Amino acid sequence: MKTLTGAQMMCEALIAEGVDVMFGYPGGAIMPFYHALPEYPQLRHILVRHEQAAGHAAEGYARTSGKVGVCVATSGPGATNLVTAIADAMMDSVPIVAITGQVVTSLIGKDGFQETDVTGITQPITKHNYLVTDVRDLPRVFKEAFHIARTGRPGPVLIDIAKDTQNARGVFEYPETIDLPGYKPNYDGNRRQIKEAANLLNQAKKPLIMAGHGILLGHASTELREFAEKTGIPVITTLLGISCIPEDHPLSLGMPGMHGWVHVNRAIQECDVLFTIGARFDDRVTGKLDSFARNAKIIHVDIDPAEVGKNVVTAVPIVGDAKRVLEHLTEIANPNDHSEWVNHIREVQATRSKRQRDPESGMFTPHHVYAEFTRIMQGEFRVCTDVGQHQMWAAQLIEYMKPHTHITSGGLGTMGFALPAAMGVQVACPNEEVWAIAGDGGFQMNLQELATVVQESLPLKICIINNGYLGMVRQWQELFHERRYSATPMWSPDFIKLADAYGIPGVRVERAEDVAEAIHQARATNGPFLIEFVVEREVNVYPMVAPGASISDMFEDPSEVEIEDVVAVK
Amino acid sequence: MKHTLVALLRDQPGVLNRSVSLFRRRGFNIESLTVGHTETAGISRMTLVIDGDTTSVEQVIKQLYKLIDVLKVSDVTQDPNVTRDLLLVKVYAPPAKRSELMQLADIFGAKIVDVVPDAMMIELSGSPEQLDRFVDLIRPFGIREMVRTGCLAMTRGASTISGPYQTQEFRAA
Repeated sequence: MKTLTGAQMMCEALIAEGVDVMFGYPGGAIMPFYHALPEYPQLRHILVRHEQAAGHAAEGYARTSGKVGVCVATSGPGATNLVTAIADAMMDSVPIVAITGQVVTSLIGKDGFQETDVTGITQPITKHNYLVTDVRDLPRVFKEAFHIARTGRPGPVLIDIAKDTQNARGVFEYPETIDLPGYKPNYDGNRRQIKEAANLLNQAKKPLIMAGHGILLGHASTELREFAEKTGIPVITTLLGISCIPEDHPLSLGMPGMHGWVHVNRAIQECDVLFTIGARFDDRVTGKLDSFARNAKIIHVDIDPAEVGKNVVTAVPIVGDAKRVLEHLTEIANPNDHSEWVNHIREVQATRSKRQRDPESGMFTPHHVYAEFTRIMQGEFRVCTDVGQHQMWAAQLIEYMKPHTHITSGGLGTMGFALPAAMGVQVACPNEEVWAIAGDGGFQMNLQELATVVQESLPLKICIINNGYLGMVRQWQELFHERRYSATPMWSPDFIKLADAYGIPGVRVERAEDVAEAIHQARATNGPFLIEFVVEREVNVYPMVAPGASISDMFEDPSEVEIEDVVAVK
Repeated sequence: MKHTLVALLRDQPGVLNRSVSLFRRRGFNIESLTVGHTETAGISRMTLVIDGDTTSVEQVIKQLYKLIDVLKVSDVTQDPNVTRDLLLVKVYAPPAKRSELMQLADIFGAKIVDVVPDAMMIELSGSPEQLDRFVDLIRPFGIREMVRTGCLAMTRGASTISGPYQTQEFRAA
C-alpha cells in the first residue's frame, strides 16, 4: 500500500480529476501543499498577486473550458480574499473548487494566527464545502467536491484542510464511486412535460426562446440552434447567454432586460409563449415582475428545480439538462416558420439600432471602439468584461459568433473581474486572442495582476474604456439622483506609464480615427498589450429600463422625447 | 395555513447550520424546528412548521433539497399524522393551590415531575394546540419557567418516509 502525506494526496487527487493548472497564493497554513507541489510537474501553478484574482482566474478558466477551475489560498486573509470570487461563481453557476489551508486542528476554534472559519463564511455562497481534519477523508472529499462542482447546476465547492492533516500520512486510494444519496441531479426532463412544451410551441403564433447561461454551461449551443431552426422560433440571449447562438444568425435577436434592446423587450411583451431555457428570470431581465411577459405562457427549462417557479408563474416546468431536453424537444416539435413574427420584431429593431451603433455627434464614444473591434476581429476573439457601462456596451455592440467568447460577471456584478478572469481564459485558450475590457474603475480594482500577466507570459490584450467616472453609478446619479455626482469622478494614473512599469507596451487613443490602428497594433504585438481609450466623459448606456419599472417602459436618450417608448423618469 | 414538513438529513458537520442559515438568508419564516436521531444511525430527522401564508412552502422544500446532505423532504400537512410537542413548565404552587393544579394536570394527562414547597414542575406531551390550552389554563397560577420542544410529526399507517434510507433491520419484510 502506498502511503502519502495529505499534501501529496491533494496533488494526486487533482491529477485524478484531470486538473492541469491552478491559480493560487501560498501562505502558512497551505505550505505543506506547496511543499509537495514541485513533485508533480504536471500540475501548473500560476502565482497571482491577490487571492481574489486566483478565484476569478479559475472562473475564467472554467467559463471558457467547461472544466473545473481550481484556486488555492492559505487560511485567514488568503481564504477571505477568495470570498468575492466564490460568490461570483455561485451566482453565475461556475464550477470551481477552492482549496484553502486551515490552522492546525488543535488551534481550530481557538482564534489561532490566521484562523478564520472559512467553511462558515462561505456556506451560503458555495454549492457545498468541507473542512477536512482527518487525512483518511481527503480522497473521498476531493472526489465528491469535483463531482458536485461540475454536475447538476454547476457551482463553487470549497475544501478547507487543516495544516496537520496536510502533513499526516495515510493510504491513498482514490475512490471510483461516489456515495451522495442526497445529491441526484435530474438530467433528462420529464417526457410528458417536454411533450406538453412541444404542443404549446406548435400552437404558438408568436413564440420566443430566451436562452441563458445554461446553454453554455450545458454545451447545448448546437442543439439550441437546431431547435430554433427547425421550429423557426427567434432567440433572445440573456447577458450570460450571449455567444450561445451566433449573433448574425437570422433568428438571433439580442439581449433583453434593463439595457437590452427595445425590440427584444417588446418581443417578450408581445410573445404568446416564452420558452426560457437555462436562465433564471433575474430582476435585471424581468424588470417589474407582474408586467413581464404578460401575454405569454411560460415554459421554463432549468436543471435546478428551485429556479422553476421561483420568480415567475410557469405553465410548463421542465427540470433537466439543456442539451438533453433540447434534443428531445427538437425531435418531437413540428417544423414551422415564424418569419412574419420575426419580421415584425426586426421592423421595431430597424428604427433604433443605427443610432445606437453609430453616433454622429462628433464625440469620441465607446461605440466607436466596439464598432471597430467587431469589424476588425471578425468574431475571432474571446472577450472578458468587467462591470458597468463598458460591460453593457460590450454586450450590446460587439458581435459574438462562437460559444464561450463572452465572459462576464453577471449575477454578482463584480468590478475587478475582467483582468484576472481573462488570465484564466488565456490559460484555457493559449493560442487564441483574449481581450480584457474594463472601465477605469474596475481595472484599478485588480490591476496588480499585470505582474501575473508578465510573469506567466500571457499575451492578453487589455482595453481600458476611460471616461474618468464610475460611469454606471454616474449615469444613475444623472438620471435618478439629481445629477449629484457623489464619489464618482475618478482620477487615474497614466495607464500607459503604468503598463510600461510592468514592461507591457501600450497606447492611448483619444480620437475615433485612431481606434483601428491601436487594435491592429495590439494584435501585431507578440505578448500583452494595453490600450487606453479616453472617451467622452458623460455618455449613457441606452436603451434603459429604470430600476423597478416594466420592460415595456424603455427610454433612450431622455432628450429624444419623440420616441414613443420614452417615459419620463420619476 | 400552517405546513408541517419532515426532512431527513445525513449526520454531517454543519448540516443543521446549513439548513437554518438557508431559512435566514432566504427570509423563510420558520415557526418551529426540531431535530433528533432516527431509527437509522447517521440519519437525523428535522420537523418544521411553516406559515404557508408568508413563506413559499414549495421554495422551502426545493431549497432544502439543494443542500447536499438533505436526503428527503416531505410535506405531511395533508396526510393523517400525529404531531407532538413536549412541555416542561414550572408553576407557582403554594400548598393551597396544589390540588387544583394536580386536577388540571390529570385532565390533560400531564405528569407532575417535581414538587417543592411553593412550586411544581409539570410535564405534558400532546398536540401543540393541547399544550396551548393547558398553558392558558395554568397561566393564572403564575408560570415561573417554561420550555417547549417544538413539533415532532409522523404520518399514520404502516408506510414510512425514510424507507430507502433505512438499514436492513427496519425495512418491511
